[in-house]
Amino acid sequence: MKPKAKEKFKHLILHLYVIFWIAVALFPLLWIISMALDPRNISKPTTLTLIPPGATLDSFKQVFARPYQGADVSFARLLWNSLLVAGGTAMFSVFIGASASYAFSRFKFPGRQTGMMSFLIIFMLPTSAILAPLFVILTVLHLSTSLWGLIFAYTSFTLPFAIWNLKGYFDTVPKELEEAALVDGCDRNSAFFRIILPLSTPALAVTLLFGFMNGWTEWMLAWTFLSQPKSFTLAMTLYNMVGQWNTPWSSFAAFSILVSVPILIIWFLLQKYIVSGLTLGGVKG
Amino acid sequence: MVDYSDVALWERVRRNKLAYRYILPAAIVMAVVTAYPIIYQLWMAFTNFSIIHLRDPHPDFVGLRNFIRILKNQVTLENFNFWRTLSFNVIWTFVNVFFHVIIGISLAVALNTPRFALKRFYRSFLIVPWAVPAYISALIWRNMFDSQFGAINLLLAKLGLPHNIAWLSNPSAPIKFFSILPYSFYACLITNVWLGIAFMMVVASGALQSIPKEMYEAAKIDGASERQQFLHITLPLIRFAMAPAIMLGIVWTFNQFNVIYLVSGGGPLGRTEILVTQAYKLVNPSGLFGIASAFGLIVFLILLSVTLLTNRVTRATESVI
Repeated sequence: MKPKAKEKFKHLILHLYVIFWIAVALFPLLWIISMALDPRNISKPTTLTLIPPGATLDSFKQVFARPYQGADVSFARLLWNSLLVAGGTAMFSVFIGASASYAFSRFKFPGRQTGMMSFLIIFMLPTSAILAPLFVILTVLHLSTSLWGLIFAYTSFTLPFAIWNLKGYFDTVPKELEEAALVDGCDRNSAFFRIILPLSTPALAVTLLFGFMNGWTEWMLAWTFLSQPKSFTLAMTLYNMVGQWNTPWSSFAAFSILVSVPILIIWFLLQKYIVSGLTLGGVKG
Repeated sequence: MVDYSDVALWERVRRNKLAYRYILPAAIVMAVVTAYPIIYQLWMAFTNFSIIHLRDPHPDFVGLRNFIRILKNQVTLENFNFWRTLSFNVIWTFVNVFFHVIIGISLAVALNTPRFALKRFYRSFLIVPWAVPAYISALIWRNMFDSQFGAINLLLAKLGLPHNIAWLSNPSAPIKFFSILPYSFYACLITNVWLGIAFMMVVASGALQSIPKEMYEAAKIDGASERQQFLHITLPLIRFAMAPAIMLGIVWTFNQFNVIYLVSGGGPLGRTEILVTQAYKLVNPSGLFGIASAFGLIVFLILLSVTLLTNRVTRATESVI
């Protein structure tokens, strides 16, 4: 074979290989879209078709009308709770995380290594390993029904990532910029607010998004702690839907799409930053 | 004799007062929601704390009994077997990360081929599973593995393959050699591999692009085949960039609560239970808080050693701290 033909053949094989994995990647999502559009609101699907005959948006309407079967609570209410929890978690983790990361990045203080290492270890700690004491403490303190308790808990779970991510980024901002400002009579605080923070927008965006995604999608703690339907979040309502065997699959599909879409949109807008944020450590090493 | 190192330490603390002020808010949050529960847990683990003590938190001290009951599988919970769960957890982690890395690198290499068309287009599709919230993906896959109406069996039927597979409830092993791995293991494996490929692919792509093209040109002049180039240039050079990602992958998969809990629920007969799902069930619905605390501490120690071990092997954090 000529080199040209040989390369073409190799590319063909590679195209087929890549397309196979794209089919695998998209298959579940196409399936869920097809179920959501099914007009019969069937309890179970029986065929594989992308756009079912007579596709409608009825199951979306049903989900909006009565998102939680167990009690009368509006979709708007659940959405507001989710936005509050996700937004609150995002804001707190960025502010508190940025402040701590600045100290870890710019000061050589006693306890610095220990601090970073313990954040790393806590980052590895799964929620369910400290669920028992959390449950007991929150129940005994009667904090378990409030959304603020949830926001506080989520913030502590996202902080270790926030600090690692932001500290890594702050390290790449040249020290000279700050030193020049300090010589010009700027104090540490305004150097932090006016120089470091504006230069770190990508890393701040990733941290913000990470906090938002965590708050938006976490269901396990929420399900364990919240008992009043009026304080439920979208994520835990969707989880509950699956537990109920008589839920039509179309409604489940429509609900999943509604919960995923905001995350998908933000994710693709910030894709470039997420990737560089998560792999920064790797590229440096 | 005066210990000058202490004086120096105090002096350094004093000089860095501002640093501690910056850390204070984070320290408060971590102290309340993480450190305090862990300390409380250290006490609970040695008591018979159960649902009745939620109103009146004065349980009895029981010494090491909770730990002994866990290690001897004497917990009053169906299908509880600590050692089976632990070994399944290890197998689960390695099989998953193996496939993540192999498929991720292969896709990255394919997309990094010179003059390969539609790269960006392909890449944005391959990344989609990473962008969907993981717990929703897990719920979708759980329905896809439904034995009667799930998409997987419908697809197998279309392809003319055996299609009445009870993916989630059949406790027997499809591959006889791996007798401890039931059908639901493969269901969870497929789900989690689907979830994790994109991350490894993206990390590997970044690493591949940092390899200078001149190295391949030099190798070609020396007559190295493509295989040799891959084995002697590509692999050794992306190893270092992959190390932190692999470490993250190991820890994430070891704790992959969403996939196991939502797809197989640890079943059938607890055969696909991993440590974190078992820890969750001890709290909710079982309410065995004392045992759950002891279990959480054991999980914590195991994770700590896994982390320190992988960190030592991969040297993932060396450059960052």
